[in-house]
Amino acid sequence: MGKRRVIAETGAGQHGVAVATGAALVGLECEVYMGSEDIKRQALNVFRMRLLGAKVTEVPVGSRTLKDAINEALRDWTTNVRTTHYILGTVFGPHPFPVMVRDFQSVIGKETRRQILDAEGRLPDYLIACVGGGSNAIGLFYEFLKEGITMIGVEAGGKGIETGEHAARFAGGSVGVFQGCKSYLLQDDDGNVLGTHSVAPGLDYASIGPEHPYLRDNGVIKYTYATDEETIAAFELLSKTEGIIPALESAHALAEVVKFSPKLSREEIIVVNLSGRGDKDVQHVAKIKGIEL
Amino acid sequence: MSGIEKTFRELKKKGRKAFIPYIMAGEPSLEKTGEIIFMFEECGADIVELGVPFTDPLADGPVIQRASERALERGITLKGVLPFIKELRKRTLIPLVLMTYYNPVFKYGEEDFVKDARDAGVDGVIIPDLPPDEAGSFIKLSRKAFLDTVFLLAPTSTTERIKKVARASRGFIYYVSITGITGSRLLLDGSLESSILEIRKYTDKPIAVGFGVSSPEEAAVVSKASDGVIVGSAIVKRINESPDGLREYLFSLREMIR
Repeated sequence: MGKRRVIAETGAGQHGVAVATGAALVGLECEVYMGSEDIKRQALNVFRMRLLGAKVTEVPVGSRTLKDAINEALRDWTTNVRTTHYILGTVFGPHPFPVMVRDFQSVIGKETRRQILDAEGRLPDYLIACVGGGSNAIGLFYEFLKEGITMIGVEAGGKGIETGEHAARFAGGSVGVFQGCKSYLLQDDDGNVLGTHSVAPGLDYASIGPEHPYLRDNGVIKYTYATDEETIAAFELLSKTEGIIPALESAHALAEVVKFSPKLSREEIIVVNLSGRGDKDVQHVAKIKGIEL
Repeated sequence: MSGIEKTFRELKKKGRKAFIPYIMAGEPSLEKTGEIIFMFEECGADIVELGVPFTDPLADGPVIQRASERALERGITLKGVLPFIKELRKRTLIPLVLMTYYNPVFKYGEEDFVKDARDAGVDGVIIPDLPPDEAGSFIKLSRKAFLDTVFLLAPTSTTERIKKVARASRGFIYYVSITGITGSRLLLDGSLESSILEIRKYTDKPIAVGFGVSSPEEAAVVSKASDGVIVGSAIVKRINESPDGLREYLFSLREMIR
């Protein structure tokens, strides 16, 4: 492409760190847009990106989260398209981003297949992943769409659907057109986009990758949500029982496992996508629990 | 022939160019928006572009983003803007182009929107995030209702895109002067002139230029190259920060657009 600069948006900071790492490796200029709300709660990843030589630009408008960071990245791209490539971090945005990102992320499902066949000699009965924009979930599910496996996507239930403070697009949204694609959207009666809330910045987003509603309407994938409270409980549970601190995003998927696995027999196999690690969230969780570090 | 087409035809006969000022509905209040539109007309505007606020105005720079936020805080929505226009029509017949993002139209329902917009007296619609490729049903409905559809071209548009936008546009074609968002700095290096000449190879529809036109001097250069000049952010900024100088500023723009 001959472009010397890359830009990205980030919510939790994971995608921003990944882009900054790649840019540092190959010597590209890198700028990452991040909502000011997310900059506050993901300070570790902000420091990481800057350490990697990226410019982190605060987006202090709108809901100050992921959606606003995408707006700003799209505005940058419109302006600098001749010199800049936009590395969109989820299966959203104008075509062909949803398809491109899905194909890149599908490596998760391919590795899962190989690993579970090595470990158990058969495919799993359940696949579970958290869904913000939905790239880690599509990445896991895509490989298994034709296997008849029960697949569950877990959205951010925030403080509960009835409070309006959540990011559960299926439970609380309707069809809309936003940031270049048609999908489920949290919006008001006038078509304006509603603010969202989740303890996990990577899920704190008003819409969802358009392939998710398609797969849901065709009955291939089921969707549910986990609240902040259930998520933090799952975050602590995995840390204590397995010695793995999961990202708050991924802890939503774990919360669903906690809810439904007691009904299963011991022989059934569940694969949960631990899409991110939780170092970035430790400070934020401590703050929520009123612990001073 | 639509009101907008008629305006451009008459201007052409007189050898003049269109002055198209923009205002966000609800700035500084819906009532005052009406007064400012009358002022636009008094100061020689040929067409008025009226913005509908949206939570995520992707094509807009900070000035119009903030105007959008303020208007939303005042409760201005597409549903409220259409009756406002209907009321306005009792006092002015100046051609009016509505600029709105697509989701409010989608939520309103394309069919109802086209009907209600036309009933209210809207002449044309600009939807910056609806490319002609996705506008099949909207174009069809608009044609039936004689509502002009204005699509956008940019410096990066390919020949194929120019042809497509020219075919889909009615009233005029909106040429975005720079790669970027509204209120950016205009670069007058001669590329604007050559881009517009390139578009003219494929269409004889009027071409109006917007994004980044701020000073009367810039407006003069842009008007020489095109059929009309759209001034948005610079006007919005004045309405919000120094409304006393607005009339004089509009006159100076009008003076230089020829």
